[in-house]
This record gives sequence, C-alpha cells and structure tokens, in this order.
Amino acid sequence: MKFFHLVWRNLLRRKVRTTFTFLSIVVAFFLFGLLMAIRNGFGAGVEIAGEHRLLTTHKVSIIQLLPIRYQAEIRSTPGVAAVTHSSWFGGVYQDPKNFFAQFAVDPGPYLAMYPEYVLSPGEKERWLATRTGAVAGRKLAERFGWQVGDRIPIQPTFWRPASGPDTYEFELVGIYTGASPDVDETSFFFRHDYLMERVGDIGQVGWYIVEVEDPSRADEVAQAIDARFANSAAETKTTTERAFMRSFAEQVGNTGAILMAIVAIVFFVILLIVGNTMAQSVRERTSELGVLKTLGFTDRAVLGLVLAEAVLLAAGGGIVGLALIVLVVPGLEPMVQAFLPVFRVPTPALGLGLGLAVLLGLASGGLPAWLAQRLEITEALRRR
Amino acid sequence: MADALVQVRDVHKVYRRGAESIDVLKGLDLDVAEGEFLALMGPSGSGKTTLLNLLGGLDTPTRGHVLVAGEDLGRASRRQLARWRARHVGFVFQFYNLLPVLTAARNVELPLLLTGLSRAERAKHVATALELVGLTDRADHYPRELSGGQEQRVGIARAVVNDPTLLLCDEPTGDLDRDTAEEILDLLIGLNERYGKTIIMVTHDPLAAERARRVLHLDKGALVEAATA
Repeated sequence: MKFFHLVWRNLLRRKVRTTFTFLSIVVAFFLFGLLMAIRNGFGAGVEIAGEHRLLTTHKVSIIQLLPIRYQAEIRSTPGVAAVTHSSWFGGVYQDPKNFFAQFAVDPGPYLAMYPEYVLSPGEKERWLATRTGAVAGRKLAERFGWQVGDRIPIQPTFWRPASGPDTYEFELVGIYTGASPDVDETSFFFRHDYLMERVGDIGQVGWYIVEVEDPSRADEVAQAIDARFANSAAETKTTTERAFMRSFAEQVGNTGAILMAIVAIVFFVILLIVGNTMAQSVRERTSELGVLKTLGFTDRAVLGLVLAEAVLLAAGGGIVGLALIVLVVPGLEPMVQAFLPVFRVPTPALGLGLGLAVLLGLASGGLPAWLAQRLEITEALRRR
Repeated sequence: MADALVQVRDVHKVYRRGAESIDVLKGLDLDVAEGEFLALMGPSGSGKTTLLNLLGGLDTPTRGHVLVAGEDLGRASRRQLARWRARHVGFVFQFYNLLPVLTAARNVELPLLLTGLSRAERAKHVATALELVGLTDRADHYPRELSGGQEQRVGIARAVVNDPTLLLCDEPTGDLDRDTAEEILDLLIGLNERYGKTIIMVTHDPLAAERARRVLHLDKGALVEAATA
C-alpha cells in the first residue's frame, strides 16, 4: 500500500489520456455486462430447464397441435412419472406492441411439473376454483400495473371463440414469482379448459411436458413416446426440455457464440488501447524509472509498479463499467422484457468481468513493465 | 589508506559499440577515506560519470574491483546492487531528477519506501531531511513550483534521507547560477563537516572543485591528483 500514492500519481500524470483510456475501459465493460445480460436472457430457459423433463411436440412443427388423448398414452409409457400440457395462445393485450407469452395449461399438474413458478397456496386454490382465472409473472404484472382481482381482456389471434364475444376476459387470481433469479417472470398462464370452452372442445393441445422417473433414461423414454405415435396423423418429436430450449434459443444462430465473439473483439481493441497508453506512459518517463532504480528500486519492484498502474486502470474501469451496467439493467428490463424475459447480469458474469479486468491490466501492462524491468540505469538516466 | 571506505583496484571499463571497443577507464586505482569530500574533474569523455556509476553500483567494471564499505560491487547481482544502493548510497544529479508527479516531501520519501519504516517514521525522516536543506515550507510543493536551487535541495534531501554511507554527486551545480551553486556547495560541505558524510562529486566547475578537500583529475581513463584542500 505504501507504493499506492506513487502508482496513483503516475496514472494521473496525463489526465486527459488516462481519462479517455479509463472511459474506453468503462464502455468495454459496460458492453460486456450488457452482452452477458443478453446472453443470460437467451440461455436462461436452457439453464433452468430440467433434465428430468421432456417436451413432446408435433413432429412437423411446434405450432401444429397434438390430440389431448395422447396424454393418457404418454402417461402409460414406461419410465414416465407425470404428464401435462401447454398451448401457445398468442393473443394481444390492448396493442400488439404489448407482447408477452400466454399459455393455456392445466393448473394443478402444470404447477406440480414446474415448481420454479411459485404461487401462494391461496392463489393456487383460487386458480383451481376459477375457470377464467389466470396467473401472471411478477415482472409482467409490474409492467402493466396489474393487481390480483383485475380483469384482463386479451384478443385472440388464432384461438377464435366459437361463440360469444371475441375477447377472452381473464381474472387475475395470482402473481407468481420465480424460485430463482433466472426463472421467467413475464409469462401469463390461464386454464386450458376455459380455452376449450371458448373455442369448442377441439380436444387439442400445443405440446406435452413429460416428467421421467430417471433422467438417465430420458432418451430411451423419448424414443418410446415417439414410437408410440409413429405413422399416426400427428407424429411426435420428443426431446429433453433443455435440448428443446437450446434449439429454440439458437433459432437465429448460436447467440452465445456470436455474443462471445463480439466480447472478444471488444476486449482485443481495448487491450491495444490500454497497452498503447501504458507503453507511452513508460516511454515518456524512462529517466524517472532510471532514477527509481538508482534509488534502490529493484527491477522487480519497477515491473510491479508499472503492472500495478495498468491493473489499477483496467480494474478501476472494469468495476465502474460493471457497476454502471448493473445499475442500468433494471431500467432497460421493461424495454426488452417481451423478447428477453430474464434480463439481468448474472453474478458469475460480474466475477468473470472483474477477472477479465485484472487480466486486461496484466496483459496491457505486461510488455511495458517487462521493458521497464530490463531498463539499464545508465542508459535510462541519459534520456531526458 | 588501510581503512578507505571506497577502494578501486585496477578497474577497467570497456564499452563496445558494434566492433569498436572504447576503453573509458584503464586500470584505475582510487581510495577514498570515510568522511572525505572528493571532487573528480576532467574533460568530457574522461570517464568521470562512468567512475561515479561504478562507485554507486549503477554499473559494473569490465575488470578489477570496486569495494565500498567492504562490498565488492563487481560480484553483486542486479538485485543485490539495488538493495545495496538503497542502504548505502545517496545520489545527487545535475538535473535534480525529481519525479514531477510527486511533491517535494513525496520525492524525499521515495528511498524510504524501500525500508520497513512505518508511515509516521517516514514522515519524521522526511521532515528532518527537508529541515536540513531548509525547505520545510516547500514540502507540499511540486517540482514545477520550485526554483532550480530548491529542486536541487530537495534532491539532496532525498539523497540523505536514509542516512547513506556515501553521497555521490554528478555535477550538482551544473545547472545552477553561481550564487545558487554556492548555496548547494555550502550545503554539501555542511553535510561533510557536520555529519561526516563521505562525498564524491563529479564537476566541471573549478570553483566547485575548490570547495572539496581533495581534487582528482581524470584524463583518458586515468587519475591525476591535483590538489588537496
């Protein structure tokens, strides 16, 4: 710590240059945090998807419906512990811009299948008792200012009612929270029996969620389910929920890899900027480094001083950049909620960011520090 | 001079520039007693600064031995030399060589950062050194806020703050006007006479050399004793 003042004052030697370099690092780490939040958003479904859950969809496409009678057949497949279903509703609340995911489900089995969606016992009871009842995620309710008891009209896009008013009117009976920060809190669930009542009982669902008794036999169970419906009018495709979520997330390409490539490019550019700053800084005070060595600073001490400067600059910029993105993300969340239900900088990414900041300092200061270490005193003192 | 603090024995220093060899010092012998104030004079290129660098452990001889307080500097590693300098040598430079980003007090404190002294102890030593050179009231000034003479005083305070065995001065008055140069020389003489500091001063200035107790001339890498004060 006794060298801190020296390191600090050297950093402030060229205030404008240091400030611009510092800001570059802040921007880089802000961007890093933002990309990590986006990446986390894309991957959140994958991360929380259980290995013990399978998704059975129509073999042709997820938008093709499956007969409700498949439920009993799937349940009777060896290795299956439980089955429930879900159907994409795709309705419009007030304006198409107010997009959020809506699913028709069978409340009891669905909540049992997804313990990560947390409802109070009272809310759960009300949902089971209210045919038009619906539950919304905490963030979704906050987005539209919904309270339990509100009536929420949603205009269907393809689940047109067979009779009666065109709009579905739901009663909000509960607001669920996620059991962990990466659980989507932006979805809207209502009862499948109410959907069937409105469209006329067509006896169809979107897809099935299957809980297997033994996750290590998931593939075997999946094959058995698909074999059961082979050569039928509605053949199925069963995969683990995690594989399904991953393929869904990667529809536009391997987003994780794309984002990491951007991060790598940003850091490479920042490495050059900080490295250049440090190289200039060391070059213009060669004689001062010679003086320090004359006074008895060892080669290693001089190396340490230069490295400490670079690390202080990079880590300082990194911390500020990461702190800024952590502060800004909650403000951005409502804007991106429709596309990224989970939008937050995960804690491990903050740790990674700090590690990268230190690494950036060491890498950018490495060469100048090495040159400073090797500096011959007599040669250094000649340079003024 | 059996108890000489500095013993230089048959020292050669050869610089190589490509295929060319330049013999700067040629079999030089020198003894400097503890408490002595020696001036080294000589024309440019005579090897004065080279000799000073060898005495201060900034460079090592090509051949021969440089012993200071019994330590053979030619045999020490870079790391050992650095530690030895920190303990035993104070340097005063022609152009002061203060760090512009540090105040006078912080510049004086630099050698003490390499010791195990506490912050309070360092501050006490710095205050004493600044008082010694008459710059207590300039402790918080940056070098750019000081005159040349004041900068050199800070340089001297930095050189003596850790109470070194040997004070090496490379043209300490070379960048100063006559009056200021005299003040600096008075200061060095005070350090020598009152505190018994051993001082070796390289200078071009005959008036500065006259103030030393002994003057040696270096010419083409060899020493010639000129006068004794």
